[in-house]
Amino acid sequence: MKIAVCVKQVPDATVHKRLDPSTHRLDRSGEGALNPTDLNAVEEALRLRDAHGGEVAILSLGPERAMDSLRKALAMGADRAVLVSDAAAAGSDLVATSHALATALGREEPDLVLFGQQSSDADGAVLWAAVADRLRRPMVSQVAELTIEGGTLTGKRQTEFGYDVISAPLPAVVAVSDAINEPRYPSLKGIMGAKSKPQETVSLADAGIEADRVGEAGSKTTVRAVAPPPAKSDQVKLEDDGSAAEKIVEYLAEKRLI
Amino acid sequence: MDLDLTSEQELIRDTVRAFARERVAPVAEELDREARFPVELVRELAELGLMGIPISERYGGAGGDTVSYAIAIEELTRIDSSVAITVAAHTSLGTMPINLFGSDEQKERWLPDLASGRKLAAFGLTEPDAGSDAGATRTTAELRDGSWVVNGSKMFITNAGTELTWGVTITARTGEDEISNIVVENGTPGYEISGPLHKLGWKASDTRELTFADCAVPEGNLLGPRGEGFHQFLEILDGGRISVAAMGVGLAQGAYDLADAYARERRQFGKQIGKFQAVAFKLADMAVEIEAGRQLVSKAAWLKDQGRPFALEAAMAKLYTGELSHRVVNQALQIHGGYGFMDEFPISRLYRDQKILEIGEGTNEVQRMVIAKHLGL
Repeated sequence: MKIAVCVKQVPDATVHKRLDPSTHRLDRSGEGALNPTDLNAVEEALRLRDAHGGEVAILSLGPERAMDSLRKALAMGADRAVLVSDAAAAGSDLVATSHALATALGREEPDLVLFGQQSSDADGAVLWAAVADRLRRPMVSQVAELTIEGGTLTGKRQTEFGYDVISAPLPAVVAVSDAINEPRYPSLKGIMGAKSKPQETVSLADAGIEADRVGEAGSKTTVRAVAPPPAKSDQVKLEDDGSAAEKIVEYLAEKRLI
Repeated sequence: MDLDLTSEQELIRDTVRAFARERVAPVAEELDREARFPVELVRELAELGLMGIPISERYGGAGGDTVSYAIAIEELTRIDSSVAITVAAHTSLGTMPINLFGSDEQKERWLPDLASGRKLAAFGLTEPDAGSDAGATRTTAELRDGSWVVNGSKMFITNAGTELTWGVTITARTGEDEISNIVVENGTPGYEISGPLHKLGWKASDTRELTFADCAVPEGNLLGPRGEGFHQFLEILDGGRISVAAMGVGLAQGAYDLADAYARERRQFGKQIGKFQAVAFKLADMAVEIEAGRQLVSKAAWLKDQGRPFALEAAMAKLYTGELSHRVVNQALQIHGGYGFMDEFPISRLYRDQKILEIGEGTNEVQRMVIAKHLGL
């Protein structure tokens, strides 16, 4: 079985995130890391490969340095990594990014495409749906348990009130939640071995992606202005000496919120 | 000149950092309180390949460089010294004598279990009456009927008595003016291991006194040529100093992390105490020293990886980081005020764990002797 995992390099959790006022984009100059739920997707792909055979390819659209983060997936055990990187792709929104990934996936022809549920920077949680739509493939999201038998996948999907169990024929697209597994730590052997695994950085032209359908040219949204969130004001810190509940009620009443 | 880590070294740092935070930090306080050796954590570390970082892949190690090894030890110490010294003593002291001086046959026989972390190794140099003056070793090994018959005792030996321990390499007097290194496996008749020693810090690490009474080991357990033991242990200690120096940086960084977080959270006189210059300057000084110490460790590790002489730099790094960790942990506890004196606050554990960094693997005074000697004094 051929599994492709779409991943994203996001600012490391310890980096203070900042929007660049001139480009209106997230400042990505600080340390990067693989998006947290993408680690769950990689882990699930490795388990499926180990159970069913086949290969795990990692796919990403991003700046060249994103390969450092893709290497973590290789160190965990993925077989190869493909990074689509091109100056013309910078600033791609959902529509443009989904076009780029769908085109690259079209060439790979995987049986299963895995995504992490959402990225920790943009937090859109829709990219997988857009990619599945472009590929005209069934899609299951928020998956907390995944099994594959024959040519059919069964996903246990977390909902507000419990679980939906959904089956779909392969090829298909699945977005996993962080409840699906505990991602492994890459072993030292895995880390040392990652450098000898295939790692391709390809341009838009190499990947067969039309330049005018990605980047700002291919994006359907425009960021008109960015501003930092307003400073929190009017905070009250209560130390609980047993009367905190009463004090909270008092405070809310005083603010006429209850 | 390039001060960047390679992407592999960065990945090793991130992995060990995550492991230390997620797996070690939640149990560190309990392990310390119960003075319990973390056998489960050692098994997990072994699975990740962290028990044999600088040992060749041929023998089941990770084949990593010294820089990577130092980074891993630093990141572990940042969270817990007991776990870090377990790894460092096993690698630099327990496994390294066999790796450096063992014959091919000895390496084939012993290294795979050690480099993979399935078993732990110890190194027995210090004796009740031979500490800094390690050459004054009194333990004897006499060749009799194809066996080395060992008599004597060893003191403060890390990893010697855990359920994973395979054995110990000891320095012993094999002649009038002759010291050799000999391997004694656990279970050898005449080899006795004391109960765990009770310590100020490093409570979850295993420390024992060893006694040998007519303990006969095969003649083939001699490491390298007979009489080379003195030079061998000096070489072992040179390399080991890099890992203990990395512990100094890690401990200081861990203390800084705690003090920094506390200074942002604790409010007195109506504001965060970190906003007071008295506290902010302390943190600034700590940050400077830690960075300087880290560079010294990196330099020593890098020199070793280049195959260049590194003994002077390793001694400098060990001395400097031992002393800087003392200053940093002291100020970090000071910033915590009364809470820092309480067992519930991790800084109190780091404070206790720090002192040995100025004593183990050569005291500050011995480091100064080594450095002065290298300077031709």
